[in-house]
Amino acid sequence: MDFNVTFFTQLLVNGLIVGALYGVVAMCFVLIYKATQVVNFAQGEFLLIGAWLCYAAAVEYQLPFWLAFVVTLGFMSLFGFLLQTVVLRPLLGQPVISIIMVTIAISMVFQSSVKWMFGVNPVVFNDILPGLQFEIAGLHIESAHLLSVACSIIIMVGFYYFFQHTRWGLAMRATAYDQQVAQSLGIPVRTVFAMSWAISATVSALAGVILGVTNGVSSELAFIGIKVFPAVIVGGLDSIVGAVVGGLIIGVLENMAEFLDVEYLRWGNLYTIAPFYVLIILLMFKPYGLFGTKKVERV
Amino acid sequence: MASDQNIAPTSNHSKILKVDAVNLHFGGLQALKDVSFTVSSGEIFTIIGPNGAGKTSMLNCISGRYVPSNGDIIFKGHSLKKCSINDRAQLGLGRTFQNLALFNHMSVLDNVLVGRHHLMKTNFLTGALYWLGARKEEIRHRAAAAEIIDLLGISDVMHKPAGLLSYGLQKRVEMARAVALKPDLILLDEPLAGMNHDEKVEMARYIIELNIELAMTVVMIEHDMSIVKDLSDRLLVLDFGQKIAEGEPESVLNNQQVKEAYLGVEEESLEPA
Repeated sequence: MDFNVTFFTQLLVNGLIVGALYGVVAMCFVLIYKATQVVNFAQGEFLLIGAWLCYAAAVEYQLPFWLAFVVTLGFMSLFGFLLQTVVLRPLLGQPVISIIMVTIAISMVFQSSVKWMFGVNPVVFNDILPGLQFEIAGLHIESAHLLSVACSIIIMVGFYYFFQHTRWGLAMRATAYDQQVAQSLGIPVRTVFAMSWAISATVSALAGVILGVTNGVSSELAFIGIKVFPAVIVGGLDSIVGAVVGGLIIGVLENMAEFLDVEYLRWGNLYTIAPFYVLIILLMFKPYGLFGTKKVERV
Repeated sequence: MASDQNIAPTSNHSKILKVDAVNLHFGGLQALKDVSFTVSSGEIFTIIGPNGAGKTSMLNCISGRYVPSNGDIIFKGHSLKKCSINDRAQLGLGRTFQNLALFNHMSVLDNVLVGRHHLMKTNFLTGALYWLGARKEEIRHRAAAAEIIDLLGISDVMHKPAGLLSYGLQKRVEMARAVALKPDLILLDEPLAGMNHDEKVEMARYIIELNIELAMTVVMIEHDMSIVKDLSDRLLVLDFGQKIAEGEPESVLNNQQVKEAYLGVEEESLEPA
């Protein structure tokens, strides 16, 4: 059996493209975890709601795409903000497990609501992008993929900029490190909490729209929320850079599993589960992930 | 017994802080019992007392970390009863912590800039797109932060991660961060702890600088009696959660009750070293 170089490279590139988006979503997940210590099981629903909303606005209500896009982002930041202030704020100080349960419930409620409102059939955006396709060195690349990579990079640079150079970015880093101290320095931590949810929801929705435009909109999008778990944990739960690297690793890994599966093993669906095997194996050797902070307990 | 000492010796200074019959309970334990005192604007006011006397509890009640069971704390004429911790900071109360509490992974400059958060006006949107006008403000605040950093003599390490600095420098960074708030009153929890003699003298000089050059009222907890005596305008002595004396250092340190409170605690001699 020959080693199919073109197929391999194609999957590697695909892996990097989708991995960058996983990285973006993982970053959003880490943002919430760092700022509010909440493990958010409803991260995938942000993508789902964002993508469906944008689809509804652009296709069913015939708004121009850019307007639908702006409306979606505006709605999602409000949505994230309300989710934190109305649902999660009263839970402040409750055991972590209760809060996790609530995010699981949020995930179920919104997944069902979306199915109820928009149906269960996948849909595609039509003619948003010129369906350009390129052949570069024998690799097949669509304009949608280029857009996806460009957006991912812009978001990542934006995150970096926000955290390093803005007042609220600094306030968020301070709050993530030590809430009590941040508060004693005049930072309104409740506002920081609400803001981190709003940003996380908005940017995740953005990723949802990009995936919707490239691959179609369906309830599958919510599954990304589960897929980022391996990415986030590989990267270390509390590292934004780790999240990006983790996302890329998972994206590439999936596609490498696909290559192995199609070319040699022919088991089918190795693609979906491979990241989780790697997750388990990695945690056996590096329990804090590749970039996570090691907790040193003094006894 | 505390209430009859409520009226502190009057001076021409206005009272910036008034603690009125504060009680603090942790379950069955009474950490503070009817503590009352006043701090005048521009003073260096030191709280002393044996370990476990309730000094840090008192400081935490003022900064808002603990909520008194009853009693009131009045700062610049405002009752702090319903003030959150960050509201207090915005009102002009700054603090440092007994154990270092720096943002270790951030640079010294960023640590200090966090303290300026409430003084910056740009909102979230212009902050995120900071080239749209927020830049000028950022430059102004960086300059102000650099000035504070300079005042506390830590310019050389401005861009280093705070966590990598020596203990003495970290203490100064923490102070710089609290000063960046532009507080009217700064609470210092054991600013000299763990330092050698030279470092202590240096730190004392910085405290005087805050007090005189930046016109900050200082309320601090400190154990080193030789420095406390020289530095403080007035003292408050706590023992088992109760006030046992308040007044000028000379008279307070000669007070019989104060001497008794310190008896048997070998490390904390009242004799100047």
